[in-house]
Amino acid sequence: MWRARLYLTATLCGILTLTALLMTGQQPNDSADKQQLVAAFGLTDLALFSEARYTRHPSQADLFTAFQDSPGAIDHFPSGSLVVPIPGSRTRSITVLKGER
Amino acid sequence: MNRQLKLLEYALAGLTRRKGKNVALLLVYAFTIAALGSVLFLTDALRSEARQTLDHAPEMVVQRISAGRHELIPRSYATTIAQLPGVRQATPRVWGYYYDALVRANFTLMGVTEPETQIKDLQGQLPAADNECAVGIGIADIFGATIGDSLVLVDAHGKNRVFAISGIFSAHSALLTHDLILMPEPALRAFFNLDPTVATDIAVSIANPREITTLAKKVRYHLPDTRPISRSEILHTYDSIFNWRSGMMFAVSVAALIAFCILAWDKATGISADEKREIGILKAVGWNTGDVMAIKFWEGLILSLSAFLIGTIAAWLHVFVLGAPALTPILKGWSVLFPPFSLQPVTDPYQILVLAFLTIAPYLACTLIPAWKTAVTAPEQAMRS
Repeated sequence: MWRARLYLTATLCGILTLTALLMTGQQPNDSADKQQLVAAFGLTDLALFSEARYTRHPSQADLFTAFQDSPGAIDHFPSGSLVVPIPGSRTRSITVLKGER
Repeated sequence: MNRQLKLLEYALAGLTRRKGKNVALLLVYAFTIAALGSVLFLTDALRSEARQTLDHAPEMVVQRISAGRHELIPRSYATTIAQLPGVRQATPRVWGYYYDALVRANFTLMGVTEPETQIKDLQGQLPAADNECAVGIGIADIFGATIGDSLVLVDAHGKNRVFAISGIFSAHSALLTHDLILMPEPALRAFFNLDPTVATDIAVSIANPREITTLAKKVRYHLPDTRPISRSEILHTYDSIFNWRSGMMFAVSVAALIAFCILAWDKATGISADEKREIGILKAVGWNTGDVMAIKFWEGLILSLSAFLIGTIAAWLHVFVLGAPALTPILKGWSVLFPPFSLQPVTDPYQILVLAFLTIAPYLACTLIPAWKTAVTAPEQAMRS
C-alpha cells in the first residue's frame, strides 16, 4: 500500500501548496500609493496598450466612430482585437422614422 | 476505507505499468490546464488592479462630442457643470498624445497643477517651471534618462522644446504611469498650441456617488453635445476587457479547450485492447462491475487531479513569479512601451472551482463511460476483443 500512501501524501501537499499560493493574494495589498496617484492626477486608465489612443484609454474612447475609435473594431493594431466592445454599447443611435424621406 | 485504499493501490499499480503513456498524458493535460490557468490568473490580477486603483478616478469625466468625434471642450462648460446641485468641483483637464518618431512610441502628456500632498510614487519633484516635466519609468528607461537630464520633444509648431526631468515615477506605479509625461498646464497648452478657452475634458467631483447617474443626465440635458463617462463605466470597461469573453481570454482559452477536447475525445473513443483484456480478466476472476468502475474512477481522478494541481501551480508561478513571459507578447502587441508586471496575486476562488470542474469532470466522464461499456460485456468477449 506504499503507492497509495505516497500518492495521498503528495496530493495533500499539492492541495496545501495551491491553497497557500491562492491565499497569498487575498491579503490587503499596498495599492494606497497608486490610489493617491490616480486621485491626484485624475487618471482613468491603465498604461497597458500604448499603441493607439483608444487602446491607451479604452474607457475614454468613443464607441461609435466606425473602424477607428471603437474598441473591438477591425484595425491593424494587435491589441485592438483584445479590447472588446462594452456589452450593451451597440444600441441604436439613429432613429429611422418610417414614411419620412 | 481500507478497501478504497487497496483499490487506489491497484489503480496506481495499473498506471505505473503504462508509465510512458500516462506520464505523456499527464504532461499534456497539465500544460493545457497551465495555459488556461495563466490567462485566468493574469486577467483576474489585471482586473483586480484596475478595480482597486481606478476606484479613485474622477467620479465623472465629461467630453465634448462634435461630428461624432471627441472634441476639445470649452472651459465655460466647467462653470455650467459646477453650478449643478451635487457637484463638488468641475476641473478642466488638458492632456493628449505625442508620437516620438525616434523611439517609435506613443506618450501620454498631461498638464498638472501642483497637488496638495506629496506623491509617494514619485522620485524627485513634480514640474514647477514651464521647462520641467515628470516622466514615467518607461520613458526614463527608453531614453536612458535620470532626474536632471533633458527631454527634447517636438511641439505643435515643429520646434524642439527642452524639458528638464524633475521627477520619475517609480516602477511600482508603472501600470499607471509607464508612458506618462506630466508638465505644468500652461506649458502643455503652449506645447500643443491649445487655445486658453478650451480643455481636453472636464473631471467632475461629485459628493454623493448615488447622484452620479442623475448628474450625468443633467449634464446631457444642459450640454447636449457632451458625453459624460462615470467612474462605474470606467471600471466596467476593465471588467469587460478582462472577462471570460474578452479577446485574449477567448483566443487562448479556445486553443487550450480544443487541445483538451482532442485529449478527452481520444480517451472517450475507446480503451485499448490491453485495458479491455485487463477488465475481462478482472471480471473473470470475480470482480463485479462496481469494482472495475471504482478502479477506473481512481485512475481518472489520479491523472486529472494531479494534472490540475501541477498545471494550476505552474500557472501561478508563471504569472506571479516569472511575470507571464508567455502571455506578454500577446498583450504587448505593437506597443513599444509596455509596463513590467508586478501584479498582486489575486485570484477568484469561484473561477478556480470552474477551472477544476471544466477540466476534471469531463476527463473523469471520458474515462468511466468506455470502461463501463467494457465492464458490462461478458468477460470472455472482453478478453477476446
